[in-house]
Amino acid sequence: MPQILVEALAKTYRVAERAPGLAGALRGLVRRRWREVHALAGVSFSLEAGELLAFIGPNGAGKSTTVKILSGILRPTRGRVEVGGLIPYEDRIRHVARIGVVFGQRSQLWWDLPVLDGFDLLADIYRVEPARYHRRRDELVAMLRLEPLLDQPVRQLSLGQRMRAEFVAALLHDPAILFLDEPTIGLDAPSKLAVRAFVRRLNREQGVTVLLTTHDMHDVEALAERVIVIGQGRVLTDGPFESLRAGILAERRLYIDFAGPAPAFEMPGVTVRARTERSLELAFDPARIPTPQLIAAIATEHAVQDIHVDEPAIEEVITRFYALHDAHEA
Amino acid sequence: MNALALYGRYVATSLRAQAQYPAATLMLTAGHCAATAIEILGVFALFDRFGPVGGWSFGEVALFYALVNIAFSIADLLGRGFDVFGTDFVRTGAFDRVLLRPRAAALQLAGYEVRLSRLGRLLQAFAVLILASHLVPIDWDIATAVIAAWAVAGGVALFVGLLILQATLAFWTVESLEIVNVLTYGGVQAAQYPLNIYAAWFRHLLTFGVPLACVAYYPVLAILKRPDPLGAPDWFLPLAPLAGFVFLAVSFLAWRIGMARYASTGS
Repeated sequence: MPQILVEALAKTYRVAERAPGLAGALRGLVRRRWREVHALAGVSFSLEAGELLAFIGPNGAGKSTTVKILSGILRPTRGRVEVGGLIPYEDRIRHVARIGVVFGQRSQLWWDLPVLDGFDLLADIYRVEPARYHRRRDELVAMLRLEPLLDQPVRQLSLGQRMRAEFVAALLHDPAILFLDEPTIGLDAPSKLAVRAFVRRLNREQGVTVLLTTHDMHDVEALAERVIVIGQGRVLTDGPFESLRAGILAERRLYIDFAGPAPAFEMPGVTVRARTERSLELAFDPARIPTPQLIAAIATEHAVQDIHVDEPAIEEVITRFYALHDAHEA
Repeated sequence: MNALALYGRYVATSLRAQAQYPAATLMLTAGHCAATAIEILGVFALFDRFGPVGGWSFGEVALFYALVNIAFSIADLLGRGFDVFGTDFVRTGAFDRVLLRPRAAALQLAGYEVRLSRLGRLLQAFAVLILASHLVPIDWDIATAVIAAWAVAGGVALFVGLLILQATLAFWTVESLEIVNVLTYGGVQAAQYPLNIYAAWFRHLLTFGVPLACVAYYPVLAILKRPDPLGAPDWFLPLAPLAGFVFLAVSFLAWRIGMARYASTGS
């Protein structure tokens, strides 16, 4: 039995349509026209304990709705959800006691309270026994190097510091499952690395199941073994990140600097992506033209100064994937 | 930790947060005290100019005023989370955070903030209570003190119920509805005066709809040991504040319906 089971999940919102302007607003009071928005249109997947899954997709694809249903805030229109044997929205209080949630955009902490006081209050809210609470808190504080910040009010923390505190707050009750909704959004590079390292440790060493939504492909690359791409309320693909990357875009890039002026270049299966006076950027499929063969062909005919091969950026891979599936919002 | 102890923790936490800004809290309290003191001066001016109204003296009306305002200020002190529920929780999405914690949402909202500045109105209302006791005069004994406390308890329940109804409406409207202030602030104003000066339909509203009369008018008659000029039986007078608790229970039922709606629509 998987820890998280999602079957044919659908969520339809009714959105009131309103004509623009004051007249429209007044008419809306009398008679409302409703438009149905299918945020989720049949999403299925399952997750075993200890897995680390990244949920990616363009804005409006249904990521947040899925997380909200899984965390018991929303009730789906159709479909079945079970998390650790519980139906989240039927048994909210028991369910949320067993999960941890971190929202990148929203704080769990008390703005005016010192960090430590907020943790104390959460321990009471979650009914964590004092001995267990102190052990767990000290462990997390050490892992995230939060010691020097404990007596500061939350409002005085930087975003990076606050996110570290948010992670402690979400994990004090030792949840088996952690939902992360865009946890690295707005963070500087060192903070992002710290968050990723922490999540990885939590997953590998403590066996916490992690479900992460993100727009940052480096999060995915650094963390997730498994990726679900969601678009227009459906699962577009579900599998290891490497096969996603390999499957969508086998393309390679060849960057060449010439000793003299860049030559006119033509070869079947190779496209010129960019050129300057002394350089060319080529795109090719290594399955059709092996990389050494292409390099040899160029180097024998022209005076080459430098040459290197690269893969397309991950962002580009994903953007192409969305385009391929027409997943972007119209 | 059980719900009551946790509520205590919430209250302590809120007080500590306000202690971060002691000057602001003190000035808000003093301001609130002064602002509400103007009201009773207005009532006094009225009686001073026109004499007794509907057979009631200023001292007796001051007793209504004091009990209603004590109840309202306590409710206002405790119910802040419900008062700002629409604007601070539903619209901002902060309610999701409430739902992510393994406790009743209503408990978390009740503990959201205990506004010390509301003690200003409470202090002022107590001052008026002392004034009224001298003017009428009232001989406080155990029985009358119990009735007064019971009336205040019913009043707190009623006003908290109104705040919960206001919060419940926010599930539909998203914003906190100022229109409910007609019932809270307007209700305080209406219940400050004895019921028999009002028209019949309004008396029925205040007795059976939003039972403000049950937590002010009837128990005050019992304290003053006056029979009801409208003919309610004497045994009913001290029981009337029970209506406040019934109102609170009904409000909670509505709240539950609103919660179910939120789960199926989101914000």
